[in-house]
Amino acid sequence: MTLLFNLLIFPGLLFTGFAGGLLSWFDRKLSARLQWRRGPVWFQPFADLAKLMGKETILPAEGSRPLFLFAPVAGLAAVLVASWIIWLSLLRPEMGFVGDLIAVFYLLSVPALALIVGGSASANPLASLGAGREIKLLLAYELPLLLSLLVPVVQAGSLRLGGILAHQSAAGSIAGSWSGLLALAAAVLCQQAKLGLPPFDIAEAETEISSGPLIEYSGPPLALFKFTKMLMLPVMPLFLVTVFWNGIGSSLGGHLAAVAKVLALVTAAVLIKNTNPRLRIDQAVKFFWGPVTILAASALLLALFGL
Amino acid sequence: MKKNLKITQKALLKSPWVFHLSTGSCNNCDIEILDVLTPRFDAERFGVMLVGSPRHADVLLVTGAMTRKALPRVKEVWKKMARPCAVVAMGACSMDQGIFRGAYNTPDPVDSVIPVDVYIPGCPPKPEAMILGLVKALEVVKEKFQGEKRIDKML
Ligand code: SF4
Repeated sequence: MTLLFNLLIFPGLLFTGFAGGLLSWFDRKLSARLQWRRGPVWFQPFADLAKLMGKETILPAEGSRPLFLFAPVAGLAAVLVASWIIWLSLLRPEMGFVGDLIAVFYLLSVPALALIVGGSASANPLASLGAGREIKLLLAYELPLLLSLLVPVVQAGSLRLGGILAHQSAAGSIAGSWSGLLALAAAVLCQQAKLGLPPFDIAEAETEISSGPLIEYSGPPLALFKFTKMLMLPVMPLFLVTVFWNGIGSSLGGHLAAVAKVLALVTAAVLIKNTNPRLRIDQAVKFFWGPVTILAASALLLALFGL
Repeated sequence: MKKNLKITQKALLKSPWVFHLSTGSCNNCDIEILDVLTPRFDAERFGVMLVGSPRHADVLLVTGAMTRKALPRVKEVWKKMARPCAVVAMGACSMDQGIFRGAYNTPDPVDSVIPVDVYIPGCPPKPEAMILGLVKALEVVKEKFQGEKRIDKML
């Protein structure tokens, strides 16, 4: 019963979904204001989803129909479980399990895999092009992200999110140390790619390959993909805040500070999005395997020396 | 707005996604479309978005006088759209072929190939006219929500 409540209402589907919709609006509104436009109304993301639920679902004539329909559901489910594990360790740290950090890390890469599987299942040449790019992008940013996530693990000496949080409440936030700060910087860059925002929206590239893996999707499955993307907006920054930046604290002040931190990370993502044109996939891979990996690796070295 | 609308219908009026299809225009109409998205008119206020795939779109915005080469492609794109959807013919060209009327390479007007719901006159139309046309197109889609089924089985 509590599990169902947790998954569906708080902190699961309803709560995180609402937060995701609002953050998605925040993203669009801020982008609009940066371009001197007015921007959409606050319920725009919800209206988009509701509309897509009422549209026709077109299945590909060739390609695998079960996979085509299964992929968006899998992506959504993975993000929900990931957000549930993060919230669990924030609210009741004793309930976490050893290695939940790694579980969250892998669950958060499932949406990208869902995009790859769904796109390939549609048997569209542009979709397979987009899926190929998504694979390369995934390979590119997972390495520095994992390296930077190792910094809190080394500092706290624990693979549990609860352990990292306990370490932070005892010894100050991880981002307060030099190694933590560098690791957070690398993780913010990886977050940009994970959220699929420019300059790393290479897989979807609307103007170039017509939204890539999503090209054949319409109606409710498309809504699920869009919803998954919205959910990533609060979940990914919340993950980084948990691991690097003190979590949500135990007092009201701590909660408000956590909201401000998540908003700050999303704002950073929107600013990067609006000031950088899309990269080519080879440039993105070079960027992540070059400077960002060096940044994350040096952060890890510093952490091993206790800085 | 009528009271007995379903929530998906109400949502549609708030988030029309547009697929822009040029069938051989002089390119001026296509440039004008971008005006509607710029700070002065900012159609995103009403939820209008240009999307990259006809599968995602609610409104098909056709410009140009439909050349011989474009004709089969126009048919194909219209078939690929998720129902319910509306077709808007924009500019004098796509209404009655405009300055290209009688040319050797533009055999048929757009509405002889696909059913056009709303026409936006002008060469090119003013942004205000385009926004009005979009609002009318939405009314059409709303009606169609009541029970348009796919006529053809081809995907
Ligand atoms: S209607 Fe006028 S502006 Fe538009 S494509 Fe035709 S000739 Fe060009």
